Amino acid sequence: MQLSRDGLLRAYRAMRTIREFELRVHAEAQAGRVPGSTHLYAGQEAVAVGVCMALGDGDTIVSTHRGHGHSIAKGCEVGPMMAEILGRATGTCKGKGGSMHIADLSKGMLGANGIVGGGPPLACGAALSAKTLGTGAVAVAFSGDGAVNQGTTAESLNLAAIWRLPVVFVIEDNGWGEATSSKFATAGSIVERARGYGMAAERVDGLSVGEVFEATTQAVARARGGDGPTLLHVDTERFFGHFNGDTDSYRSDALKADQRANRDCLIRLRTLMTEGALAEVGALDAVDAEVAATLDEAVEAARGAPPPEATTLTTDVYVRYEGRL
Amino acid sequence: MPQKSFRAALNEALHQEMAADPRVILMGEDVTGGVGGDGAADAWGGAFGVSKGLLGRFGPGRVLDTPITESAFVGAAAGAALTGLRPVVEIMFVDFIGVCLDQVMNQAAKFRYMFGGRARTPMVLRATFGGGARSASQHSQALYPLFTHIPGLKVVVPSSPADAKGLLINAIRDDDPVVFLEHKMLYDETGEVPDKSYTVPFGEARVVREGGDATIVALGRMVQRAEAAAKVLAGEGIQASIIDPRTTAPLDADTIVEFAEETGRVVVADESSPRCGFAADVAALIAEEAFGALKAPILKVTPPHTPVPYAPVLEEAYLPSAERIADAVRRVVRA
Repeated sequence: MQLSRDGLLRAYRAMRTIREFELRVHAEAQAGRVPGSTHLYAGQEAVAVGVCMALGDGDTIVSTHRGHGHSIAKGCEVGPMMAEILGRATGTCKGKGGSMHIADLSKGMLGANGIVGGGPPLACGAALSAKTLGTGAVAVAFSGDGAVNQGTTAESLNLAAIWRLPVVFVIEDNGWGEATSSKFATAGSIVERARGYGMAAERVDGLSVGEVFEATTQAVARARGGDGPTLLHVDTERFFGHFNGDTDSYRSDALKADQRANRDCLIRLRTLMTEGALAEVGALDAVDAEVAATLDEAVEAARGAPPPEATTLTTDVYVRYEGRL
Repeated sequence: MPQKSFRAALNEALHQEMAADPRVILMGEDVTGGVGGDGAADAWGGAFGVSKGLLGRFGPGRVLDTPITESAFVGAAAGAALTGLRPVVEIMFVDFIGVCLDQVMNQAAKFRYMFGGRARTPMVLRATFGGGARSASQHSQALYPLFTHIPGLKVVVPSSPADAKGLLINAIRDDDPVVFLEHKMLYDETGEVPDKSYTVPFGEARVVREGGDATIVALGRMVQRAEAAAKVLAGEGIQASIIDPRTTAPLDADTIVEFAEETGRVVVADESSPRCGFAADVAALIAEEAFGALKAPILKVTPPHTPVPYAPVLEEAYLPSAERIADAVRRVVRA
C-alpha cells in the first residue's frame, strides 16, 4: 500500500515536526538549558514516521536512546516532551526520565531506552501480551545498527520466531554506533541474520518515507495475520554527532556536507511532493510555519515551567511500598 | 490443617492464581519440560517440580516453555507486564541472572520511576537460590542483596511452606516487579498450609520465636538453623527470639528495631556474602536506631567472602551452621 497524497502531507508534517523539535533541542542544549545528554534523531525522520504511519493506536513501540522521533511519530505531545528534556515538572515523565526515558503508554510508546539492545526483549513481551490477550496488536522494536551485535537482539529474533510473535524489528542503520562505524562493527548481513532465524527480512531505503511505510505495512499485515515477525534493515542518516556534546570529528566535513545536501529525507520528500505536483510549495511552507509556531510555544512553555518539587524525589518508585524507602 | 511441602505449597499458589486471573502466565526453561519431544508433556514440571500439572490445566498458551535465552524471556516478561499480562517468569537458578540482569535492573525495576509513575510492571521473577546441594559456585549463591540494592524491586525470601504460598500469591497480585527466591534445600520441607487461597503481606516480619536474652534475625533456610540453635540455647538457659523478615524489600525495620531494643543483643544469620550484604544492612539499621539499647556488639554469622565451594566438607564449612549461630548468641549474651 502506497501513501496517499493526504498521507504524504501528514508524513511531511510529522517529519518536519521531528526535525524542528530536534533543532530546538540542539539550540537549548547549546544554550546550556538541557541538564543532561540528548541524542538527536535529525536525519532519520522518514524511518520513525514511515513505520508509525503503518501502525494503529493499539500497537506498541519500544524505542532507543535516540527516541524523540519515535515518540513524536507515535503521537507523544511535543510540549511535555520538551519540558521533560529541560527537566521540568510538566514533562512527559515529571522530569524523572529526561531525554532517554520518554514514554507514554497511553500512546503505545513503551519507552525510550538508555541501554543499547534493551528494547527488543520488551517488544517480544508486548507482542506476547497481544497474542495471549487476543488484542490483534503488533509491537515494533526500533533498534540502531549498534544494537544488532547485542545478544538481546539475537535472542529476541529467535524467541519471536519460535513463538511466531506479532513483532517487527526495525533496525535503523545510520552507519554509526556512537563513534564506531557499522562497517567496522558488524560482520555479514543483518538481513541474512534474520533470514537465518526463518523470518522475513528486507533492506529498505530509509530516506524514502513511502518505502518505509510500504515495507512496514507488509510486515504489520504479516504479524497481525499470525505469520510471525519481520526484520527491516533501514538505511538512514544521522545528521548530528552521537550526543549533543559530540564534536563528530570522526566524520569528514565533506561527508557531512554531502549528507545534508544529498541525503536529507525531508528534502527528498519535499522535492517528491512539489515536483510530482502532490503539494504546492506554499502549502508545505505553511506547514513549516505552523510547526515552527508549535515548537516556539513548546520551548517557551518548557522554559517557563517549574522544576519538579523536591518531595517528588521519592514518589513513583513503586505502585505501593509497605516499608521505608 | 493439611501438611504440605514447600514445593506443593508453591504449586498450589500458582494453580490458584492462574485459575483466579487469566492474565497470569508462567514462563521459563522447562517449566513444563518435554515440549517438542515425542514423550511425556509436562515431563519435568519445572526443574524442581514446582510447576507440575499447570500445563494440563491451563494449556501451552499460559504455561510457556522457553529456550535457554534468559535475556529474551525475562525481558519479554517485563514487556508483557507493561502491556496487560501478569507474568510469573522463572530463572532456574538465580545465578543465571548474570546473563539477563539488564532486563531486571535497568528495565523492569525502573519503568515506573523513569516514566514518571505512569507504568505498572506486575511481574514475578521466581528463582531458586542457596547452598547445600553440592552445586558449586554458579548454582548456589544467595543473591538477595543484589536485588534488594536495586530500587523498584521487591524481594521475597520465604522460609516455610505456609509463607511460601501466601507470599507467592501476594507477589502475583502485587503491581510492582517482585523477585521471589526459593531456597532449593527447602522444597521438601513440610508444614501446615491451608488449602484456601490467602496472602501473606510484604514488609511484615514473622516472629518465629520469642525469648528475652537475644534476638536472631534470619532469612530463608537460616531460619531453620536459627531455630535449631535456639533449641540448644534453651537447654543452656538462654532464650532467644527469632525474627524472619520474609521480605528484604520492603524490610520490616520496625519489628527488627523493636526486638533489638527489647533484648539489647542481636545476631544476624545470613547465607549471602558478607560484604554489603543482608546481615550488614540489618546491623547498620540496628546501630542507627537502637544503639542506646545495645548491650553487646551486633554479630553477623555469614559465609566467608568466597565463592560457594563444591566438596561437602567445604560447603558445610561455608554455610552458617546452627552451631555457629548458637555460638554467636552465647558471645553476645556473655558480652
